This record gives sequence, C-alpha cells and structure tokens, in this order.
Amino acid sequence: MASERMTGAEMVIRALVDQGVEVIFGYPGGAVLPIYDALFKQNKLRHVLVRQEGGAVHAAEGYARSTGKVGVVLVTSGPGATNAVTGLTDALMDSIPVVCLTGQVPTHLIGNDAFQECDTTGITRPCTKHNYLVKDVDDMAQTLHEAFHISRSGRPGPVVVDLPKDIQFAEGDYEMPAEIVHKTYKPRLKATNSEVETAVEMLAGAKRPIVYAGGGVINSGPRAHELLTRLVRTTGAPCTLTLMGLGALPASDPHFLGMLGMHGSYEANMAMHGCDVMLCVGARFDDRVTGRLDAFAPNAKKIHIDIDPSSINKNVLVDLPIIGDVAHVLEDILKVWDAKNITPDGGPRQEWWKQIDKWREKDSLNYQKSDTIIKPQYAIQRLYEMTQDRDTYITTEVGQHQMWAAQHFKFEEPKRWMTSGGLGTMGYGLPAAIGVQLAHPDATVVDIAGEASILMNIQEMATAAQYRLPVKIFILNNQYMGMVRQWQELLHGGRYSETYSDALPDFVKLADSFGAVGLRATKPDELDDLITEMLSVDKAVIADVCVDKTENCFPMIPSGAAHNEMLFGPGDSAEKPISESGMVLV
Amino acid sequence: MDTIERHTIAALVENEPGVLARVIGLFSGRGYNIESLTVAPVTPDESMSRISIVTSGTPMMIEQIKAQLNRLVPIASVHDLTADGPHVEREFALVKVVASGANRRESLRIADIFHAHVADTTIESFVFSLTGRRDKIESFVELMRALGDVEVARSGVVAIARGSKVL
Repeated sequence: MASERMTGAEMVIRALVDQGVEVIFGYPGGAVLPIYDALFKQNKLRHVLVRQEGGAVHAAEGYARSTGKVGVVLVTSGPGATNAVTGLTDALMDSIPVVCLTGQVPTHLIGNDAFQECDTTGITRPCTKHNYLVKDVDDMAQTLHEAFHISRSGRPGPVVVDLPKDIQFAEGDYEMPAEIVHKTYKPRLKATNSEVETAVEMLAGAKRPIVYAGGGVINSGPRAHELLTRLVRTTGAPCTLTLMGLGALPASDPHFLGMLGMHGSYEANMAMHGCDVMLCVGARFDDRVTGRLDAFAPNAKKIHIDIDPSSINKNVLVDLPIIGDVAHVLEDILKVWDAKNITPDGGPRQEWWKQIDKWREKDSLNYQKSDTIIKPQYAIQRLYEMTQDRDTYITTEVGQHQMWAAQHFKFEEPKRWMTSGGLGTMGYGLPAAIGVQLAHPDATVVDIAGEASILMNIQEMATAAQYRLPVKIFILNNQYMGMVRQWQELLHGGRYSETYSDALPDFVKLADSFGAVGLRATKPDELDDLITEMLSVDKAVIADVCVDKTENCFPMIPSGAAHNEMLFGPGDSAEKPISESGMVLV
Repeated sequence: MDTIERHTIAALVENEPGVLARVIGLFSGRGYNIESLTVAPVTPDESMSRISIVTSGTPMMIEQIKAQLNRLVPIASVHDLTADGPHVEREFALVKVVASGANRRESLRIADIFHAHVADTTIESFVFSLTGRRDKIESFVELMRALGDVEVARSGVVAIARGSKVL
C-alpha cells in the first residue's frame, strides 16, 4: 500500500477509520483542536460529545463491552486527561479494550508547566495496559495501529496515546501497517497438549467438579461462550459465574448455580467450598470471590485457564495453570474429552448433584415480600420479567442495587451485562448505557442505579438528550448509600456516618429539565405501570423507584469469612460477630 | 512456604523512554521490594537494555513479580537467575576513607587483601575501587568504617548465568 501525505491530526482520523471505528466519545479542548478540525471535515467517524471526560471513557467501555470492539476516547490535555483516569483504571481492572487519545502541549513546552499540561503518560502508566507519547509525526500511524492491537489482544485493556499539538499539525507519511508484529509483546494463546490432557484427566476423575468462570470467557468472544456451555453440558459439572462473567453460561441452564462470592448464592459458594476439582475459566480469584483464603475450596484440585500469566497463582495456588485464550483452550479440552469418549462415574456425580439440590432448597436469594412497600429485589425481578422478551442490555452503578441486579436479573447471553466489577466505580452506569445504546440503537438499555451513584455522572443526561438516546435509568431509591450503610450496620454499630442521601433532587423534575421523561413509583402496585411506561416511551427515562430504605443485600459472606459461613438475613448478622481481621478488609 | 527469599532477576527490555519508570512503578505500586536495580543498553544498536534487579519475597511473590514484569509491553523476557541455576553476580563500589596515621596504613593493607584498587588519593584520604559479590563489598565497607569517615557509592548487582547459553 502506498503511503499518503497528511497532517498528524488527519492521520488520527484516518487510522481510526482504517481500524473500523464508527463512534468515538470525546470532549474538545485547546490541545486537540487540530484533531477536532480534521473530524469536522469528514463524515466517516461519528463523534459523541459527552459532558465530562470521565463519562467518555465509561461510554467507550459500555460500547466495547456490548460489541466486543475497541471503545475509543478523544480528550484534551491536562484536565481532559486527568478526568479520564477513573475510567481508564476501571477499564484496566475489568479488562475492557479502550483506546484513549489525549491531547498534549507542543513538544517544546513539555515539562515547562504549560497551560493545561500534565504528565499524562506518567499519570496513566499504572492505570493503562500500555501508553505512548508520540514525539514524531512519522511514528503516528504505527503507534496508533499498535495501540489498537495491544488494547484488544491478549488480556484486553486501556491504551493511552498522548499527542502533542505540534505533532498534530506536522505533515508526514501515513501508511496502514499490513500486520502488527510487536517486538516484545506476544500473548500466548494456546495451551500445550500435556496441559490439556492433564486437565481432561482431572475433570474426568472428579467426583465433585465445579466450573468457575468469569469475564475472560466474555472477552474471549462468542465462541468461548459456546464452548463453555458445551463443556458444562458435556462434563455435567455445575457452573458458577463471577460478577464479570454473568451471561457466559445461559442463566436458564440447569447446571448454573448463580453468581458466587460475597453476595453470591448459597449453592454456588457451598459447591465451591465442597468441590474436589475446580476448573477456573477466565476468572482471577478476586477477594470478593474467594472470601477467607485459607478456607477457600480446601479440598479441591484447581485448574486455572487464563490468558494473563500474572493472574495465575496470585491469590490462590493452583495445581494446573494453563496460560492461553479461553476459546482455544476449551476447544482443545473438548476435543480430547470427545476423542476419549469419557463418561464420568455416575454414582458420585449423582451424589454431588443431590447435595447441590439440597443447597438450592435453601433458596438463598429469597426475600420478604411486601404489599405496602417496594422491595428492591422485587423491582429488579419485575424489570427482568417485563424485559425478558426484548433485546435488553443492562448497565449498573455500584452498590446494593448492583448486587441485587446481579442476583435477580438473568442473562442468557454474554455482552448483555455491563457493570464496574474490579474498580467499583459509582457513576459508571449512565455513561456506559449511553455507549451501549449508541452501539445498539434499537435495543432496550437500562441502567439499574442507586440514587447516590446516579448523581456522580448525572451530567451525561445532556448527552442522552443531544443524541436522542432512549436510555432507561431505573433508580432504586432508598435514600442511602446503601452498601456503605449496610457495612456500617454490620461493622460499626449502625452509626450511619454520612451515608444518608440528603437534599436529593426531585428526579422527575430533573428528568424533565433534561428533556427526558420522569416517572415515580412508591407502592408495589404502581411498579408494573411504571416499567410499562418506561419501556414504551421512545425517550430517555429516569424512573424513581422508591424502595424499602432498610433492606440489605443478602446472602452475604462477611469480610474475612469463608464460603461456608454465609449470612442469610438481618437476624443472622447479630449472632455471628465479624472478626477483627475481617473488619480491616474492604 | 512463607520464607523470604532473595532473587536476582534480569529483564531484557526495549530501550525506550519510560521503561524504567514502568518497572519501578510496578514494584512500588504492588508493594514489592527493590534491594538494587541497575540498567544499561546491551545490544550493539542500543535498542535493548538489560535491567538487573535484586528483590526479596515469598516464593509466591517472586513468581508474581516475574509474571507482572512479563506483562509490561516493552519487556522482552524475564529471567530468574537465582532459580535458573548457577550464575555470576558482581557489584562495583567506590569507597572513600578519610583517615591518617596507622589507620590510613591499615586501610591500604585491607584494600590489598580485598584486591581493591586506589582510584584517588590525598594526604588524608583514599578512594578505593572494588568489584565483587555484595557480601564482599559489605565486609570491606564495614572494615573501613572502623578506620575513619567513609563514603560509599555502589553500582547495584549485575549478574549473568554461567555456561555457554546466551540470552
């Protein structure tokens, strides 16, 4: 391919188009003016103007997670870049492919404390997978394409490309590299034969197996989800999913035990505790999942499939580490399993399922129903039932509502559930929903929110209004930062220090002021009408669902406890005081 | 299981701006120890550098350190010299000793025993240059401290595996 002469700013647009990018999320400023000018002169790329740069990154994350493509962000230098830091960290923790282009002061001013200068590559070094400062326009094409390659391959993550203004103006040669072969970055995708053989042997010999799968399955692509489903059905093993992994196995599959971990189901946690062989697929033994480490799955032989070697043996020592892409490895495991025509010993397996059914009888996600007050779990349950037949995508903020959504909303497919798992970023849900809606204009996109979280990025209502995005914000309003209050109740004698949501706006009027529709329900019998109306309006909606203020999220593994030491309700917590070592945990 | 081990790790990295900051940031951000760290370009075209790190931690931490280093994009390879087998470790030091009379003569005698060279001298001081394993340098410095005021500059450890295999 012949090279073409153009400015650095034009190269940015050209590279994005060559990468197949359709939408970018951004906010203009002095140091990116040349790029915005180049953007103005073309019509292949759509730019979505957010109202704060943090929103741009979350929107790009929502876009990326619901499509499997790389999300793209364009912000200015200084505050533009620093505002993006939370989103970048969020994308790093949840392994979301995002390329963030930041403006920078001209190269001769770098280091001089120029107006709107900050050390962007320095600040974003620990919160990106990789970052670049382009100091020569002739490096521009290669760097941009490399950034996309690094962001989407291996364990995906955010990549920052810092672009000094003089480089945007400078002219150079643009050529799309045929193939990116990086000198030092080469993720390993396939497992060795002996690893696969050993894994099959361990699974075949298991009496009480469990599959514990996470976001890696979703990141690996649709094939990984199909293969995981096939593996679970072929081996007959029960399967639990992490918060990030919901949708990796259809929730309706009888092998599915629900989410595991701190607010996971009783059967999932007990099965993790009691299993003899654990197959961890694209999950990372996070502290929210394992509970007390020395009591985690004490009798299990563990197999861990992950594309990132640093995820293996980080928190939990495993017996068989397998480094590779989930889809590749599962495919190989299934091939060997099929070739050997394995039928696991029926007796012990039946016993194991009998035991699991007993745990299931506990019905740990059950809650006290009410005719007079809306229970938050009930609101989610109705939302699920009433959106089941639609093309629905769910995003969330962070807190109790997020956990109730994870517990009570059922996902049959991957890429339908966007939530801030690792970083736990309040304010994630609304901009993420905007990104999802842009990628799927005809879908129903609901941000399940809390009244405190939603205020953290409420300015993005203006973005929704500008682009006529009919996102639905479903607020479970309990007038508290509920999860923090729940911990104050459990650990700090019910002293609700600063967790009351005082001086809340009238969400109905707030919606109205943004040109959206505001709805409110205060009683259970108003809920269905609210949801019906919310879904029927072709506009953004803020639904203020006033729920039980005192409800807490159960079941729960208190911090510092093991999988088999769950709390099931308010009465339960009083009997079992939380240990001092548990208290210091987050 | 929880014994603390000291490991010498060599990393071959792309010689580009920020790569050292990535490595150091990784260690401080994740709470790992750096006992010493040295870096210099090692290929004829200066495109690759070698970073030698002495670190300590539990075996699980050492494994994490290596995996985390490997995860950095500009890092080509990571080698645990301590785990991989016999290797040669050397450190270079410049040691200034301010002393007179018998102490001054004694410092020269000890320097001779340690095969240290005199790099600079005045009437009341010597600068010795010394190469060796870190414990040799430590005992030399300790002996010198008994004789007068001492200033020390150390290079940190560099190491390479024994045998004919080349990285």
